[in-house]
Amino acid sequence: MNDRQIKQLTSEESAKSVNRSCPTVWTALLALSVGLTVSSCTPKSPDIATPKAGEPTPTAPVAGGEKGISLSGAGASFPAPLYQRWFADYNKANPGTQISYQSVGSGAGVEQFLAGTVEFGATDAPLKPEERAKFKTKYTAEPIQIPMTGGSVVFAYNLDGVKDLKLSRATYCGIVGGTIKKWNDPAISKANAGAKLPDQAIQFVHRSDGSGTTYQFTNHLKAACPTWTAGVNKSVSWPVGTGAKGNEGIAAQIQQTPNSIGYTEYSYGKQIGLSMASIENKAGKIITPSPAAGAAAFSGEKVPADLALLVPDSANPAAYPISGLTWLLLYPQSKDAAKQTALKAVVEWSLSTGKATATELGYVPLEDELVTKVKAELAKVK
Amino acid sequence: MTNQPPHPHETLLEASTKFQVVRSIDQNFRRVTFSLAIGIGLILVWITYSLLVIALPAIQAFGLGFLVDSTWDPVKNIYGALPHVYGTVLSSFLALLFAVPLGVGVAIFLTENFLAPNILQPIAFTIELLAAIPSVVYGLWGLFVFLPTIKPLLQGLNHNFGWIPFFSTEPGGRQLFGASLVLAIMILPTIIAISRDTLTSLPPKLRQGAYGLGATRWETIILVLLPAALSGIVGSIMLALGRALGETMALAMLVGNANQVNVSWLAPASTLSSLIANQFGEASGLQKSSLFYEALILMVLTLLVNVFAQMLVSRFQQVE
Repeated sequence: MNDRQIKQLTSEESAKSVNRSCPTVWTALLALSVGLTVSSCTPKSPDIATPKAGEPTPTAPVAGGEKGISLSGAGASFPAPLYQRWFADYNKANPGTQISYQSVGSGAGVEQFLAGTVEFGATDAPLKPEERAKFKTKYTAEPIQIPMTGGSVVFAYNLDGVKDLKLSRATYCGIVGGTIKKWNDPAISKANAGAKLPDQAIQFVHRSDGSGTTYQFTNHLKAACPTWTAGVNKSVSWPVGTGAKGNEGIAAQIQQTPNSIGYTEYSYGKQIGLSMASIENKAGKIITPSPAAGAAAFSGEKVPADLALLVPDSANPAAYPISGLTWLLLYPQSKDAAKQTALKAVVEWSLSTGKATATELGYVPLEDELVTKVKAELAKVK
Repeated sequence: MTNQPPHPHETLLEASTKFQVVRSIDQNFRRVTFSLAIGIGLILVWITYSLLVIALPAIQAFGLGFLVDSTWDPVKNIYGALPHVYGTVLSSFLALLFAVPLGVGVAIFLTENFLAPNILQPIAFTIELLAAIPSVVYGLWGLFVFLPTIKPLLQGLNHNFGWIPFFSTEPGGRQLFGASLVLAIMILPTIIAISRDTLTSLPPKLRQGAYGLGATRWETIILVLLPAALSGIVGSIMLALGRALGETMALAMLVGNANQVNVSWLAPASTLSSLIANQFGEASGLQKSSLFYEALILMVLTLLVNVFAQMLVSRFQQVE
């Protein structure tokens, strides 16, 4: 049974269940308001922002195009600002294609991708082997996973009068591990000669919600810190600190709390104007976070076949070490060839024309070598 | 009017078509409302059942030990609810500690004729408006205005009363105590509004009788009015406690979301609902089940509060 049949089956089932559930609603509400029931039984109006993709509903014609195509995707929140900008820009250039992206989180993105309710998924952590296996049994094909952009995770801090904080490996490992508790700890002052470090407790702030940022951050900590025991995940059991929800929660808490330090995406920190620490990389150099330094983390790395390139701790002396990629998940085949072609065009456009936007927003654009591999992988989409 | 089946000798009234229309509307209305009432009960059963189904893997994996385990480690897939149950119960308790005396006091003040009605009405109206503010607004206000404002106070508590275990840690940006204060403000209107309604609906003869017997105002309030209104006041407190236990958004923003059981009220903590709100988006597998397990615990906790409230209220009503 191929993918198309499966999709048709599921959509037929869902259509049936709608029919089944409607009469009961009808009888229950009959005496109250006929108008209400009618509206609850009619199909969703097209202007509702969450189109159920994968169902063979005729796509609503998009203004400007002869025959509009609308694509929908869901997943990671870290690249969401970039994706939304890309898709809006693409739509301006090609009014026939409309792409909607819901930043529901990587976990939910993978889940929706596996369930087939979107045209593409997005995730900050590459697909796990069991997720691949699930996809393979359901669709009898390998999922296509392509890196779209990269990002760096930075230490943002709030220290009165300290402009460029430098953190050595041992220092930031100690801060997140809870062994370095005060700002005037000799380990910190050694790397920051001349800075006025207060005799105050370090208030560490971490994400309280599950997040791809936390995944990238802990992925690096595990590689760089011998003392890090909490493992690698989208949420971990933190040894110290308070939790804040979302990048905005982290930013708010750091801005409000003197003597605090936390981690956030570089692009976000740049947008908000947080002070960001320079940190020591594997080669022993202190590196200030920037898109160029982030991109350097991936240069010369061997890319695996599934493009799940993880560089937890780059050996490149110019690299900012906490850098990671984010992936789009695509179906190798689909019943709707027009949609697949459109999606391919969008991805190709994003990786070439969209590069400038990525840098502008503080993301790390992919290296040319990786882009070539991505394009080869993209060719598998039919 | 009897419920007998239509008799061959119908009365003139029953024979009229208008009567039959009215009666059929009556009967149908009763059927519809009956099925809706049943439906609401069924929805509760349905929700509980679905929670149970999804929570089942976690229940099987951790059993009741879940309640006393304080690990929450998505990497090793080990979960426990102790810090969250502790944070939920303690934050609600602290909120009640502040809100009950204040709320009942204000309710008494507003019902006794301390103020002229034209001043009283706007005050009462304002209090009821407090209840209409969405909790995310309370959260934002707490985050950006209230917590920074009371920070010196909390630091003072720590510096001067640090020997009391409850104040033994340096207060950070977010902690249980500050969150509980915001929670207290959130549940105040519930306590005030219901207590006030109960106090105003007391028969005037109670007050008149007490004054007639020579009781002072204090004696009247404490010995006559409060005992008579006790069932309503207790009811209001229990409703408020229900809201405090389930409050999600404001606490998720303010409580600090640290997975720990700390004796100090000035340390960051975490509650059942704040944890669910925080971690639901990216959770899968056992972590998701555990979150549903926590939701189940919260439901049981709220159920217990309600049962307890019913018992208390009925007991006080018997005393009357």
